[in-house]
Amino acid sequence: MKLQKMKWITLVFALGAILMLGACKKKVAPPPPPAPPPPPAPTASLSANPNSVQKGQPTTLSWQTTNATDVSIDGIGAVQPSGSQQVTPADSTTYHLTAKGAGGTQEATARVTVGPPPPAQTTGPSATEEELFSQSVKDLYFDYDKADIRADQQSALQGDAQFLGQHSSIRATVEGHCDERGSTEYNLALGTSRAEAVKSALTQAGIAADRVKTISYGKEKPFCNEHTEECWQQNRRAHFVYQK
Amino acid sequence: MKAVIHPNTKRLFMAQVTNQMRGNTHFSGSDRVIASLLVLFLFVLPCFAQQDWIRTGTGLGVEKIRLAVPDFKSSNQDPKNADLLKAFNDTLWNDLDNAGIFDLVSKSFNPLEVPGQPTEVKFEVWSAPPPNASMLAFGNLGVSDNTIMVQGWLYDVKNVTSPQVLGKQYTDAATTDAARLIAHKFADEIIFRLGGGVQGIAESSIYFVSDRSGHKEIWAMDYDGSNQHAITHLASISLSPRISPDGSRLAFSSLTKTSWEIMMYSLELGRAVTFPRFGGTNLSPAWAPDGTRLAFSSSRTGTSEIYLVDASGGSLKRLTTAKGPDVSPTWNRKTGAQLAFVSGRTGLPQIYTMEADGTNVQRMTDQGYAVSPSWAPNGQFLTFSWMRKYGPGAPGSNDIYLMDIASKQWVQLTHDGGRNDYPSWSPDGRHIVFQSSRSGSEQIWTMLADGTKVQQLTFTGHNTQPNWSWK
Repeated sequence: MKLQKMKWITLVFALGAILMLGACKKKVAPPPPPAPPPPPAPTASLSANPNSVQKGQPTTLSWQTTNATDVSIDGIGAVQPSGSQQVTPADSTTYHLTAKGAGGTQEATARVTVGPPPPAQTTGPSATEEELFSQSVKDLYFDYDKADIRADQQSALQGDAQFLGQHSSIRATVEGHCDERGSTEYNLALGTSRAEAVKSALTQAGIAADRVKTISYGKEKPFCNEHTEECWQQNRRAHFVYQK
Repeated sequence: MKAVIHPNTKRLFMAQVTNQMRGNTHFSGSDRVIASLLVLFLFVLPCFAQQDWIRTGTGLGVEKIRLAVPDFKSSNQDPKNADLLKAFNDTLWNDLDNAGIFDLVSKSFNPLEVPGQPTEVKFEVWSAPPPNASMLAFGNLGVSDNTIMVQGWLYDVKNVTSPQVLGKQYTDAATTDAARLIAHKFADEIIFRLGGGVQGIAESSIYFVSDRSGHKEIWAMDYDGSNQHAITHLASISLSPRISPDGSRLAFSSLTKTSWEIMMYSLELGRAVTFPRFGGTNLSPAWAPDGTRLAFSSSRTGTSEIYLVDASGGSLKRLTTAKGPDVSPTWNRKTGAQLAFVSGRTGLPQIYTMEADGTNVQRMTDQGYAVSPSWAPNGQFLTFSWMRKYGPGAPGSNDIYLMDIASKQWVQLTHDGGRNDYPSWSPDGRHIVFQSSRSGSEQIWTMLADGTKVQQLTFTGHNTQPNWSWK
């Protein structure tokens, strides 16, 4: 039962393929030359669906022959007289089918065009750039009421400068943040000083000033809301943001 | 002028009320009153400052006027009278109580029969104990045809032959807002007559920042905390509202996509009006007393400095050049010729003063963390928020202080815990509004300029950075 069903499906598929070939003139194999009545000459057709793919994507080859005893496709080998197979060509390929029978030999070809990766993939490297940015660029932390870059933050700063130096297309915003103590207005000014201190250090390290923007959030957008020194230290920082 | 030391301070010595307070001959009458009513500087040796409470006082050495304010009566039978009378009576009492210059007669001392008309006044009942009043404010209120009419009188009950000090009549729409407004107006009349010619503040407003909508927006309320309403709906972060001296425009700082910019809102047009964007962090606008200029802090060149512009944002002029942030300017409200501001040029922020052209920079505070200066209307005092011992390991309290500019002597005004910040003077110089976390969250409070009569005005959300209108 199962086998019969499969045959039926294959047949329907094959018929569909033939119909399609009929509709798609370009791909139609040349009609068989007139043959002497005995013995009947073999017929063959080969199609690829779809016939144009992006690199790395599969396509399905379908073929149909009659009066052939020996059917083969170049690059695949001997195949059933009729059938289909999925292939993933690396480059544009012309598949070549040879059907041999008592009445002679018949050939059919089908070309699969392999295009470049889809445009969606071109954003891949850029997304990676942003990922790289968040992996590589480190925030800098400050002492209480201070805007100068601490000795223990120098290596992080050098890393940031190095990353920005290597990725010259990346632009960044440095956000200055403060802990909750002290006045709103003074903290906004202090956050400005922190962000500007980082920008100026990056500029000295050779990063073009127009690639680094600054903004202060004072104590308006804390990272941590506890009233502890650990938390305050988390909030006294210059935070790097990838600029799209 | 007399200064009285409050008995509950143990060790203190009194600094004189400064010479110019006493001897300056070109003081106007109202200034003299403010000066005499306001703070008499009592200074404690610094080592005792922490354990002693100092009473400086609007009332010290000056007898408060004993004033009886019986509830106004209904003048007709309109059913709306009851609600409006309650709003009116509560507001009038509260205004006179807040004024800080009266000794109000407790209503329980009032005789059973209170007057609603001059003919009903029994002088001897009011002037004798228990009311023992010198002055009597009374009157009536009635609604007809959706119009409220209030008649109010102020009588000197010890002057039987010619008792009337004030007689006023007000009409308005019959709403509780109108009843409150009439009460404010009548209270201001009484305060003006009996308070030495200083205009009352009952019709003044307070602008502030509230996050109760989910974003920090600029809000406004009456001076007594009623009628709280949002001014801005920017859904960003808006800070530091400063109302113009004529009350027509509100300057504040707001976060845009890339910077903090000074915004200008017209209360007459009900919308924002154009103001230039300077880039960087632009903060803390401050109106000159004549309303023609604004000082503010800008980091447009990389460091936060004080700048001046005209009222439309033109003629930008830089005033400070020191390293370290300069923010929060405030004008000498009396002269318009000096500014006080906050600078971190030596480390922790301190209060400085300078001339309005940027010269003659003077440091006022000597230690700790001092921010948010506000210049008193009489020109002589600064209030600011100060944590005198600040830094790791010294969790000092954050309180409001008052400083005499000429002598740099100071006195602590708040003692009740919490972080206290952003003091702003009332137009009469008798009150200070400030923000405090003493109730558990940042809220807006008022007090008399001697630190007494502390009242909470806001209760919903977080409310900060109050700014009292100029009149």
